[in-house]
Amino acid sequence: MDEVLGAVCAGLRERFPEHVSEPEEAFGEVSVRVARERIVEVCTLLRDQGPFEMLSDLSGVDFLGVAPAEDRFLIAYHLTSLARNVRLRLRVFVPEGDEHVATVSGVWPTANWQEREVFDFFGISFDGHPDQRRILMPDDWDGHPHRKDYPLGGTKVEFKGAQVPPPDLRRQPTATTGYPGRLS
Amino acid sequence: MSTREIHVGGQDWADVVPGAEDDTMIINMGPQHPSTHGVLRLVLELDGETVISCTPVIGYLHTGIEKNTEVRSWTQGVTFVTRMDYLAPFHNEMAYCLAVERLLGIEAPPRAQAIRVLLAELNRISSHLVWLATGGMELGALSMMLYGFRERETILDIFEMITGLRMNHAFIRPGGVIQDLPDGALDKVREFTDVFPKKLADYEGLLSGNPIWLERNKGIARMTAEQAIGLGVTGPMLRACGVERDLRKVNPYSGYEKYDFEVPTHPDGDCFARYNVRIAEMRESNKIVRQAADQLPSGPVMVEDPKIAWPAQLQLGADGLGNSPDYIRKIMGESMEALIHHFKLVTEGFKVPVGEVYLPIESPRGELGYHLVSTGGTKPWRVHVRDPSFINLQSVPEIVRGGLVADVIAGIASVDPVMGGVDR
Repeated sequence: MDEVLGAVCAGLRERFPEHVSEPEEAFGEVSVRVARERIVEVCTLLRDQGPFEMLSDLSGVDFLGVAPAEDRFLIAYHLTSLARNVRLRLRVFVPEGDEHVATVSGVWPTANWQEREVFDFFGISFDGHPDQRRILMPDDWDGHPHRKDYPLGGTKVEFKGAQVPPPDLRRQPTATTGYPGRLS
Repeated sequence: MSTREIHVGGQDWADVVPGAEDDTMIINMGPQHPSTHGVLRLVLELDGETVISCTPVIGYLHTGIEKNTEVRSWTQGVTFVTRMDYLAPFHNEMAYCLAVERLLGIEAPPRAQAIRVLLAELNRISSHLVWLATGGMELGALSMMLYGFRERETILDIFEMITGLRMNHAFIRPGGVIQDLPDGALDKVREFTDVFPKKLADYEGLLSGNPIWLERNKGIARMTAEQAIGLGVTGPMLRACGVERDLRKVNPYSGYEKYDFEVPTHPDGDCFARYNVRIAEMRESNKIVRQAADQLPSGPVMVEDPKIAWPAQLQLGADGLGNSPDYIRKIMGESMEALIHHFKLVTEGFKVPVGEVYLPIESPRGELGYHLVSTGGTKPWRVHVRDPSFINLQSVPEIVRGGLVADVIAGIASVDPVMGGVDR
């Protein structure tokens, strides 16, 4: 692992021993798991004491059927350091039925729209967000389309009496062998 | 949760910006406005001609591309992602394929990497030309519109010759590129790189010293480096704030470290700085294209592994259709194993190991990142795209605030958003 990242992760572990996991390196990328109640503190620390000036990407994943219910949703924060040229991924798992996490839009303003996107697609609510509205789907849309249990719908295609069902029914999901962060 | 709603049909803009006083006016710009670069709606609060606040409303072009890729194979994903940022299709394909390749632990052969670079840099020029053409037109430089699209057409002809399509090529695939370059393609590319610097000098002659152009661009829509970094702004917009950051230099991918080019920056952070940076970038891209064409290594354009490599080295038949007689002879007449591989690959696709990657590349608009999650199946579990247009567009309220309403046009043009990428 990169020296800078090693020091950052060790510093995080020292400061939040209960809430930040050991760094995991895979595919040349380093990730740490952060307890969701500490995400703002961790992000503020990483921004202020370095080296992560920028939040490049904030992305949601629904692990329905792959991960246990308490780890159903993943929010991945991809932090970038322009000065030291390193990247770090923070993983926050959000349980089913209690989908909320504190906003980091006060730490990096760019999180504003990115969190709105995750809210829109996954129905994860960001506590303290200044403007939590849907962003890409229409405001009166029902449901959160990127959840794995969201019906894909689609129009049946009728061809000489035979019907082709919508895509989620047409293609059965293939067997899965685990998910990132918890390999089985 | 806020219950503020913005309706697609409009008619609601007085409610959108709360607390509008009697002496301010709410006007709605877009979504069908010629200078919003697609379907972008801006709700502007004005005091006279001064912009007090600006609320972008997006989503009109949302087509669920990320969701669509989840029910298709890894290879099919290419045909979806190339349609996001439709002015930079090769960058989308390349970032997606590099991410899949990182998950698979493979690397495309050197010739495929060089072809990718060549196409991506031509694509950067064509994308910047659309920005220059439309941006020029919006500020009254109508001849720029014609010149920009004329040169872009030359590039699109090259793309058509190489990939068969002008846009949405699906040419770059996991493991390499789908076809080798056709005969004569490199001559066409060299011809373009010889001519283009002269054309670029013409554009600069037309605009750089033009008093109207300077008046409309200098000191307009200014942004500081701190604002840009806080808002996650990348690409030419960040470099126009004096920050020298280009992923091709700091995290070289696809062999960019082998090419000799500069990263242009400008200290001012206004529209004119962005104009200068993009013009200089086109010149640098032209250099890279020339180097890629001259130093193109020989060899295969797809990995050898028959479990991943898509088997389509098509030859043009007498009927005008592409076919691959040698390959058909092999799978139908000679090798049962090859037939099985073919069948598995075409019907089911290949499996990708469990994991997640975030792969950023430098697209014409900035950091284009693909967050790919695999659970070990033949289809992506999640494809999330950090589209630079989406992130950069968030800076519009910041850069137009306090300016004139006419300068909103110049501001948006200098951000160069592509709504296909913003809304995905």
